[in-house]
Amino acid sequence: MTDLTINGKDVTLDVPGDTPLLWALRDDLRLTGTKFGCGIAQCGACTVMVDGMLVRSCVTPVEALDGSDVVTIEALEGPEADAVRKAWVDIDVPQCGYCQSGQIIAAAALLTEIPNPTDEDIDYAMAGNACRCATYVRIRKAIHNAAKMLEA
Amino acid sequence: MNFFKRAAALTVAALLAQFTADGTAAAQEVNGLKTAEAFEGIAPEEARSAAIFGEMAKVITHPRCMNCHPVNSGPLQGDERKPHSPPVPRTEDNFGVVAMRCTTCHGEENRPFLGESGSVPGNGHWQLAPASMGWVGLTVPEICAQLKDPERNGGRTMTEVAHHMGHDSLVGWAWTPGEGRTPAPGTWEAFAELAENWIETGAACPG
Repeated sequence: MTDLTINGKDVTLDVPGDTPLLWALRDDLRLTGTKFGCGIAQCGACTVMVDGMLVRSCVTPVEALDGSDVVTIEALEGPEADAVRKAWVDIDVPQCGYCQSGQIIAAAALLTEIPNPTDEDIDYAMAGNACRCATYVRIRKAIHNAAKMLEA
Repeated sequence: MNFFKRAAALTVAALLAQFTADGTAAAQEVNGLKTAEAFEGIAPEEARSAAIFGEMAKVITHPRCMNCHPVNSGPLQGDERKPHSPPVPRTEDNFGVVAMRCTTCHGEENRPFLGESGSVPGNGHWQLAPASMGWVGLTVPEICAQLKDPERNGGRTMTEVAHHMGHDSLVGWAWTPGEGRTPAPGTWEAFAELAENWIETGAACPG
C-alpha cells in the first residue's frame, strides 16, 4: 500500500511497490493523459510532477512515492500552464500529439523557473522530451509566446 | 585405471594444486583489483604508496567513476563513455538544467527499464562532481595531485578523501551499477582499504 496525493486527492495505491507510477496512473486511476513512450526515461512522454519536480513516471516505482504529491497533465494548473496551453493551441503545436502531455508539463516547469527563457534554455530544458513528429521549432516558438503572455 | 579415469584424476589433482596456488593470489587480488596486502612487500614506503595509488587508479579511471567526473562537458554514460543522452550540460550546481534535473530521471536507486533489459542508474546523491574535480583527460599522476589539493578536492583533508572513497554511497554505487553497466574492478571494501593504506603511507603519487 502506498499513500500519496494525486492531483489534489488522497490516494492509496494497492499495487506491488515496484509498480511503475505510470502503470498506476493509467491502469488503476485511469489517468491516461500521461503516456508510455520508451519505458527507459529517454522520451519524456510519461513526465509528471512529484513534489514540484519533473519526474519520469515510467521508471519511478510507487513505493518511492509514499507521502508524495503527484500532479499529472490532467490537473496541471497555474499561469504558466495556462499560458503554455494557449500558446500551444494558437500555433497548433501538436501533430500526432502523443508527446504533448510531457512537453506541456516540461514547458510549464521551465517557465516557472525561467520566465523569459532563451533558445538555449529551451533546447536544454526540453531535450529530454522527444517528439517523433519533430515539432521542435513550434514547441520552441510556443514557449517564447507563452513567456510573452506571462510578461504582459 | 583406464585412460579416461587417469586423465580425470590428473585433472582434479592439477585443479587442486592450482586452487592452492590461487588461494594466496585470491587474497591479494579480488575481481581484478589488487588488495592492500599485495603491496606490503614494497619498500620504501613512498614507492609502496605510489604503487597503491596506481592500483586505485584502476577504479578511479573506470567509466563508473570517470563518467561523472568530466572536465569541460556534461556527464558521460555507458562503458563507452558516450555523451549523456539526453544531452545535459554542466551547470553551476552540477545537478542538471531547469526541467532536466538529475532527479527527473535518476532515482534513489537503480531502476529497471520498462519492457526491456537494462536500468536507469540511481543513487540518493546522484549528481556530477564539480568541475574542479574533473578527471577526464588527466593522467593518473595528475588525478593523484588533484585529489590531494584542497583547492580541487572540495576542501577535504586526506582523511576526508579516504572517507569519501570508502563511505560515500555514490562511490559505492560503482560496484552495484545496475543491469547494463560493468562494475568497477575489485570491491568497494578493497578499494576503501587501498585508499586508507595510500594515505597511511604518505599519499604519494606515481611519477
